[in-house]
Amino acid sequence: MDYLPTLVSEARDAIQSAQNIAALDEIRVRYLGKKGEVTALLKGLGKLSPEERPAAGERINQAKQTLAGEIDRKKEMLEKAALNARLAAERIDVTLPGRGQPSGGLHPITRTLERIEGLFTRIGYDVEVGPEIEDDYHNFEALNIPAHHPARGMADTFYFDATRLLRTHTSPVQVRTMKTNEPPIRIVCPGRVYRSDSDLTHTPMFHQVEGLLVDEDVSFADLKGTIEDFLQAFFERDELSVRFRPSYFPFTEPSAEVDIQCVMCGGDGCRVCSHSGWLEVMGCGMVHPEVFRHSGIDTERFTGFAFGMGAERLAMLRYGVNDLRLFFENDLRFLRQFT
Amino acid sequence: MKFSEQWLREWVSPQLDTQAVADQITMAGLEVDAVEPVAAAFNGVVVAEVLTKEQHPDADKLSICTVNDGSAEPVQVVCGAPNVVIGQKVPFAQVGGVLPGDFKIKKAKLRGVESRGMICSESELGLVGDTSPGIFVLPSNALTGEDFRVYMGLDDSTIDVDLTPNRGDCLSLKGLAREVGVLNRLAVNGPVCESVSVAFGDTFPVTIEAPEHCPRYIGRLIRNVNVNVVTPLWMVERLRRSGIRSIDPVVDVTNYVMLELGQPLHAYDRDNLHGGVVVRLAKDGESITLLDGQNVALRPETLLIADQNGPLAMAGVMGGENSGVSSDTQTIFLESAFFTPLAIAGQARSYGLHTDASHRFERGVDPDLTAEAIERATRLLLDICGGEAGPLNEVKSDTHLPEERCINFRAERLCDALSKSLPQQEVTDILQRLGLKVDVTEKGWDVEVPSWRFDIAIEEDLIEEVARIHGYNNLPIRRPAARLALRANDEARVTQPQLRHQMVARGYQEAVTYSFVAPELQATLLPEAVSPKLANPISADLSVMRASLFPGLVRALEHNLNRQQMRVRLFETGLVFNGDLDSLSQTPMLGAIACGTRYPEGWAGGRDEIDFYDLKSDLESLIALGGDTQAWRFESSDHPSLHPGQCAKVMHNDREVGWIGTLHPQIRARLGLKVDALMFEVRLDALSEGAIPAFEPLSRQPEVRRDLAFIVDETVPVQVLLDVATQQAGEHVKQVNLFDVYAGKGVVEGHKSIALGLTWQHPSRTLNDDEINQLVIAIVAQVRSEFNAELRS
Repeated sequence: MDYLPTLVSEARDAIQSAQNIAALDEIRVRYLGKKGEVTALLKGLGKLSPEERPAAGERINQAKQTLAGEIDRKKEMLEKAALNARLAAERIDVTLPGRGQPSGGLHPITRTLERIEGLFTRIGYDVEVGPEIEDDYHNFEALNIPAHHPARGMADTFYFDATRLLRTHTSPVQVRTMKTNEPPIRIVCPGRVYRSDSDLTHTPMFHQVEGLLVDEDVSFADLKGTIEDFLQAFFERDELSVRFRPSYFPFTEPSAEVDIQCVMCGGDGCRVCSHSGWLEVMGCGMVHPEVFRHSGIDTERFTGFAFGMGAERLAMLRYGVNDLRLFFENDLRFLRQFT
Repeated sequence: MKFSEQWLREWVSPQLDTQAVADQITMAGLEVDAVEPVAAAFNGVVVAEVLTKEQHPDADKLSICTVNDGSAEPVQVVCGAPNVVIGQKVPFAQVGGVLPGDFKIKKAKLRGVESRGMICSESELGLVGDTSPGIFVLPSNALTGEDFRVYMGLDDSTIDVDLTPNRGDCLSLKGLAREVGVLNRLAVNGPVCESVSVAFGDTFPVTIEAPEHCPRYIGRLIRNVNVNVVTPLWMVERLRRSGIRSIDPVVDVTNYVMLELGQPLHAYDRDNLHGGVVVRLAKDGESITLLDGQNVALRPETLLIADQNGPLAMAGVMGGENSGVSSDTQTIFLESAFFTPLAIAGQARSYGLHTDASHRFERGVDPDLTAEAIERATRLLLDICGGEAGPLNEVKSDTHLPEERCINFRAERLCDALSKSLPQQEVTDILQRLGLKVDVTEKGWDVEVPSWRFDIAIEEDLIEEVARIHGYNNLPIRRPAARLALRANDEARVTQPQLRHQMVARGYQEAVTYSFVAPELQATLLPEAVSPKLANPISADLSVMRASLFPGLVRALEHNLNRQQMRVRLFETGLVFNGDLDSLSQTPMLGAIACGTRYPEGWAGGRDEIDFYDLKSDLESLIALGGDTQAWRFESSDHPSLHPGQCAKVMHNDREVGWIGTLHPQIRARLGLKVDALMFEVRLDALSEGAIPAFEPLSRQPEVRRDLAFIVDETVPVQVLLDVATQQAGEHVKQVNLFDVYAGKGVVEGHKSIALGLTWQHPSRTLNDDEINQLVIAIVAQVRSEFNAELRS
């Protein structure tokens, strides 16, 4: 009985020096287990006189509780240490790049076309496409450009034979749509177009988006509003100045070229705008009655507007690309810049 | 068209500076391309008179001159020009003056002789681009001592307008001045063109055999001309400022009148004409040697000026070499004609010609200008070359002259078109200043279009004129109103953007390659392909339409491999062209090409080269977008571009819709590619066809799984075996999963082991072992009999 304090102190030392949960468990068994040393003391109480028993019993139980508490605390400590050790061991370098297939990217022209299509489809335009090998009728005649018209000199056409050609604009899609659909018509026509021209600022193939709106009571003011909204939305500049200059296209009357305040210099004048402060970005006009007649649309009841723009030009201005030819080299070092 | 601002201001002179004039006409639809000073900046140059000239003692090619430059003492100057002569008036750069190119004039000694200044040539003054052979000799009436810039009126600008093809009426000072007058509401004053007095009665006979092409022709003889005189400096300068070189006085006068009034003229040497002039179409086998020396075989639809010996000129385009004016000419036959736009349009271009005359005639020259222009030219010729004029000989066909055009112009239509009601007075004024005859009516205007406006025929043309002069930017802005009508949206359809974005997600960069390719490359990849060939390609390399996306993608791959990009993943969408023109299909396709490692170089592996199955997985991911994978099959087949053992025909609902495989090693070698490339292309219409999801209730019953491994000949396509197993597996089979394909140790050579995991589930009850065992027996039996397969133990 007198060695209880020794036993407790011995047990405490053992608990404190336990290195892991298993060792700690052994200590518990050794002292507090069914055959443990403290348990044995409790069992020996029966040998004491009834008078001594309560006091002795209480001392032993207290010692037992003290040791049990210390074991629990130690256990908690060891578990925490073990968790910390594990977490430390499992530490990784989170700055390493992720594994797997990195994303590619859209071509800047497609990116531009998708943005333009998006702006128009959101307000109710449909996207229409058509063949690229066209005939003279859809590319010229139906657009009020008869043979020998000086305007045919405006676009150098790739021909296959006397009447088959590569479309020089996406306008044939408008013609085809007007022939098959009744007004109201609201479409944008993106696609490849071709002109036999190749130098620093021309490629024999490029992309256009044309738009067409035909309805009752469509005026030049509607055209101006649509174009201005579009350009401001495309360049994400609410204050972008837009101006309309009279021009000539055989398929529209009145016709206009559209200039925007130079997006490179803000209109102060720079190399890109030839120091004029303005950039020519698209052409537009009210659909010529002759075009409507070719499509069987009543010119007294319906009016409409059409517009067209070069996707390359808009992409160059939007992303600051300075060489048109880069668009068709498909150099990954160029393409990756648009992902 | 280039013109001098000073010249314009003689006709009409608004209170605007040069740039403001340029901006104003640009905004009226006559786009100014450039405004440039007519001469480079220089100063300290005066008109001087050559007083003396002596040979330089030490230099053969130099002379020592003294000049009177208006100062008190004669100035000594050493001059190297061969054409300096005593008594000449010359531009003289004084000491302290600065010539173009910041060339400062200083006192100098030339071979020991003092020189104080410089007698200048035209090129030294920056008036002409190329070097001139001698000093610039001025007319003798030039005022000694006057500042040369003032004398020449060099403080002037050349304005270059890029006119649209509809505005032929502005290809003259007269037309441009008319526009400027309208825009500024100013009166326009041109030179007065009075008829010259006729000195004799002879005319040269003229016959028009093609009046529909030439409704009016006026000819005139001018005798006793001296064509060897010098064209007056003022005219040479105006021509120069309009971008036209002085040739000789006769050509200069015809060019001058063309610039001034817009009427192209032609002068013939009367002594080279025989019989009479005939305006007719070319006959079979005729040819002509043109002024520029080229001999041209004429086509029958070409309009000619001819005499009894044959063609003299291609009408309205260019004169012939043998009928023109030369230094011996004494009698001129001057031609002023109206050739219809349709007669000239396309003609010049079809012969590879483009002249100032054809440019104007095909756009339309005022048919009422013919006489005025010839009178004006005669006056100038008589003034410059002397001689006397005969009467005008006009031949015309009234029925073929352009008809009067009258248009009923409704005010309501104008208002609707512009969303703005313009005051009647303003509209009337605009139309009148443009030269239209206007009757104001109750509902608008009745107008008559002037003869020079070939572009005005309908009401919309008038709307444009009014809008243009009023100013597009002064017109209101509105947004179109439309009904918010919902429309059906085809849910099953996979859109092109979705497919493109999927390729991007799979690590591909989008390429855009030309739709025309090199025929050799296409023949190498697709020897059987037939596709249209361009008649006028930009180069042989871009002359045949692509029959597949492969040629362009292979080129793009090559481009990148040549630039140290060893891992390439590219895709493209676009049309491919198959068949000849009469059986042509233009099919939208999606194609891809890839080479290099599975993942980019990095720390986490993926360094093995991609193979067929990587690419197939990319294609399967596109197919999966539509959710209708059952409709698709890959069949082993042969394609000329692809490795025969690694090539599949892609089938969609039993239709061939594309190909996938490894680039054929032989082709790879022929193209000099250093790596294996994998490619596919599939019709976009097939990829777009998806299915709408159809719900099946979830079963609460347990799944039963059985694994089966078969040993089959290595040539047996797994897909076929899967199909057979699935067929036999009964209606409650949920999945037939291929979980292993193995060949090697433990499997007989020439064979492979195919391991399938089959899962069954009944919607409402537990499947018992007997049922499953019977299905398994059926599967095994069928596979055995069809593929001679052994069940692997």
